[in-house]
Amino acid sequence: MTETDKPVVALRDAAKHFGPVKALDGVSLSVAPGECLGLVGHNGAGKSTLVNLINGTFGPSSGTVDFPGGAGDVRAVFQELSLCPNLTVAENLAMAHPALKGVGWRRPAGAEIRAALDRVFPDHGIDADAEVDTLTIAERQMVEIAIGFAPRGGAARLVILDEPTSSLDEGIARQLLSHVKAFCAAGGAVIFISHMLGEVFDVSSRIVVLKDGTVVADRPVGDFTRAGLVDAMGHVATEGAAQQAARSAPGEVILRAEGLEARRGEVVGLSGLAGHGQAAALARLYLGLSSDWRRGRGAGAVFVAGDRPRDGVLPLWSILRNVSISVLGRGLVDRAAERRLAEDWRKRIGIRTDDLTNPILSLSGGNQQKVLFARALASDAPIVVMDDPMRGVDVGTKQDVYAMIRAEAAKGRTFLWYSTETEEVCQCDRVFVFRNGEISAELTGEQITEERILEASFEMQEAS
Amino acid sequence: MLSRYRIILPVVSLAVLLAATFYMQPRAMSYFGLNLLFNLAVPIALATIAQMMIIMVNDIDLSLGAFVSLAACITATYLNDTPLLGVLILLGLVASYALMGAVIHTLDLPAIVVTLGMSFVWGGLALFILPTPGGAAPGWIRTLMTVKPALVPMAVLAAVLIALVTHLLVIRSRLGTVLRGVGGNARSIARAGWNVTVLKATAYGLAGLFGVLAGMALVGLTTSADANIALRYTLLSIAGVILGGGEFIGGKVSPVGAVIGALTLTLAASFLSFLRLSPDWQIGAQGAILILVLTARLLFSRRGAAA
Repeated sequence: MTETDKPVVALRDAAKHFGPVKALDGVSLSVAPGECLGLVGHNGAGKSTLVNLINGTFGPSSGTVDFPGGAGDVRAVFQELSLCPNLTVAENLAMAHPALKGVGWRRPAGAEIRAALDRVFPDHGIDADAEVDTLTIAERQMVEIAIGFAPRGGAARLVILDEPTSSLDEGIARQLLSHVKAFCAAGGAVIFISHMLGEVFDVSSRIVVLKDGTVVADRPVGDFTRAGLVDAMGHVATEGAAQQAARSAPGEVILRAEGLEARRGEVVGLSGLAGHGQAAALARLYLGLSSDWRRGRGAGAVFVAGDRPRDGVLPLWSILRNVSISVLGRGLVDRAAERRLAEDWRKRIGIRTDDLTNPILSLSGGNQQKVLFARALASDAPIVVMDDPMRGVDVGTKQDVYAMIRAEAAKGRTFLWYSTETEEVCQCDRVFVFRNGEISAELTGEQITEERILEASFEMQEAS
Repeated sequence: MLSRYRIILPVVSLAVLLAATFYMQPRAMSYFGLNLLFNLAVPIALATIAQMMIIMVNDIDLSLGAFVSLAACITATYLNDTPLLGVLILLGLVASYALMGAVIHTLDLPAIVVTLGMSFVWGGLALFILPTPGGAAPGWIRTLMTVKPALVPMAVLAAVLIALVTHLLVIRSRLGTVLRGVGGNARSIARAGWNVTVLKATAYGLAGLFGVLAGMALVGLTTSADANIALRYTLLSIAGVILGGGEFIGGKVSPVGAVIGALTLTLAASFLSFLRLSPDWQIGAQGAILILVLTARLLFSRRGAAA
């Protein structure tokens, strides 16, 4: 094996577990110089974990990650922007440039970032002395990519691009793709992660499909067809589709906002890849319904949080108080009524505790989530907004909750359900799929299938 | 682009206040008058810079006043009587500040709580060293603080010097840039291969250094010390940083602005005396000036964000 044939990075049976969750379950993969590896997979397939393993953010739980030519000059451009917004473009480059020291580091830093930007994005029009928070999102992304490809005292050998084009317009994206091709032709390696399948086909020499933390396909790009690629990513739970029965006939439209439409007694799903505007749309929608202080209390909607520590539980309070906070009424709290209500919900929803005065944190995650459901359902709001409420909840609890949502919907309540899990979305009566902050498809009834949702979440057009 | 103009508002505030003071009291417009007006601004400016180092890394220091008092007490006693021991103790104080920063970061403690707790430690030590007001300023500090340079009064010269040195340190140097980066996005700095714990310790250490310098400068002016001599510096320094265009989070600070903020706060007190305002109202009026400037800044930045 000559020096150039050695892979830049080789993973063997690399696995990463976060507690009981297997984010990555034995992945073997290598990237050779001159290769552009397209990496695709649905939410939670393990793409980001893989990136972090290669980038060295954390080590594997088992297996190995080897860099035969040394781990230096492996760069990652992350999906969420990771520049210092208060520093200038040139200063941001200098942070990642260990060789710039002593007096007069500004001039070389400025020259290097200017050269890198010119190389990747000709006519970019970005001032190297501008502070990053004065740039647009697309410009920040361009700066980050340019820093990834900049020499920085060496030469980039492997650049990982995680959704690099998500905030770039088409012309700029094309510049990036042609730079990636030129970079690979010159012997560099790239791992390219994108939901734009057209781009992946255009730029990659090989495509790896991840599903549930394992590699399900690893073939040269010519062996894939678009439909075949979507097929390889999908089919997580086909048996789930059979459960769609006993649906109530939806009533009149009671909500029309953000391009969404919801009818009385309907369960409306919001789907798509994470970070494509679903959660933001849901939050805006909820705030629009509930935060109008002039209308007073008795809100039109209640919220079930998925991120329990951040916007769900009141960690210092008892289970009882956590349930009753939404229905306290005016004036003094009627303690007896409060207790009756909580006891009632404990039975109906099956919160596993002997004593409702126990602290909320004594419950498991799934039971805490039930408390949050009880809090929402105990109110008389006609609309229930759910922000990925099943995060980290076990299967049994999920089934309980599904049944309860169905029962409540039959009584005329409307549910807006954002979920990252396609299986859950398949429980809904109507699904809106988001892509790049816009609704790309509205599916109802029989149309709600894993395939259709995947199709709508991924860009199918040519990135020509 | 707004950040480039962040410095304008502090400059305008100071100029307006200075013009008003000169209008009220034309005799202040002299070498002697300016020195008198801004004399006490020197330690406040140093304390404000110290506070800025902490705010730069997204923390806040509620122990600064007590710390400056302690530094002043040590300057007036040990540094005067046994200079070598005094220097060692002061260096130890700087090191303990750096350690505090490292602990706050490693254990992920809220800085506001840790520094509030430490303020009692510093205050206790100060009382222990100097139970009653007293001590004496070392001669060389006294000479330094009362020097009379030609043309420009010492207070103004010192303010310019402090602003210049800290501007080079915080804005121009690589270390200062990384430290500001920690305030902007600590994760990105860590990903670029820096040890954030060391960086935070450095920021706190610099704060300790400037806190000690503030204590020494204060003793040079007052000639003696007292355990409670600088307690109000905690809030003055925070106000100075914000008045100077700094922001509580995001690593957006301006050393030049901070010095100007400290000058403005000092001048505000004199201005209110010239107005013959009863001392009972002065603190409230000082607060009103602060709110006025901050409101102006908010209006500007809102407009900037909308544009």
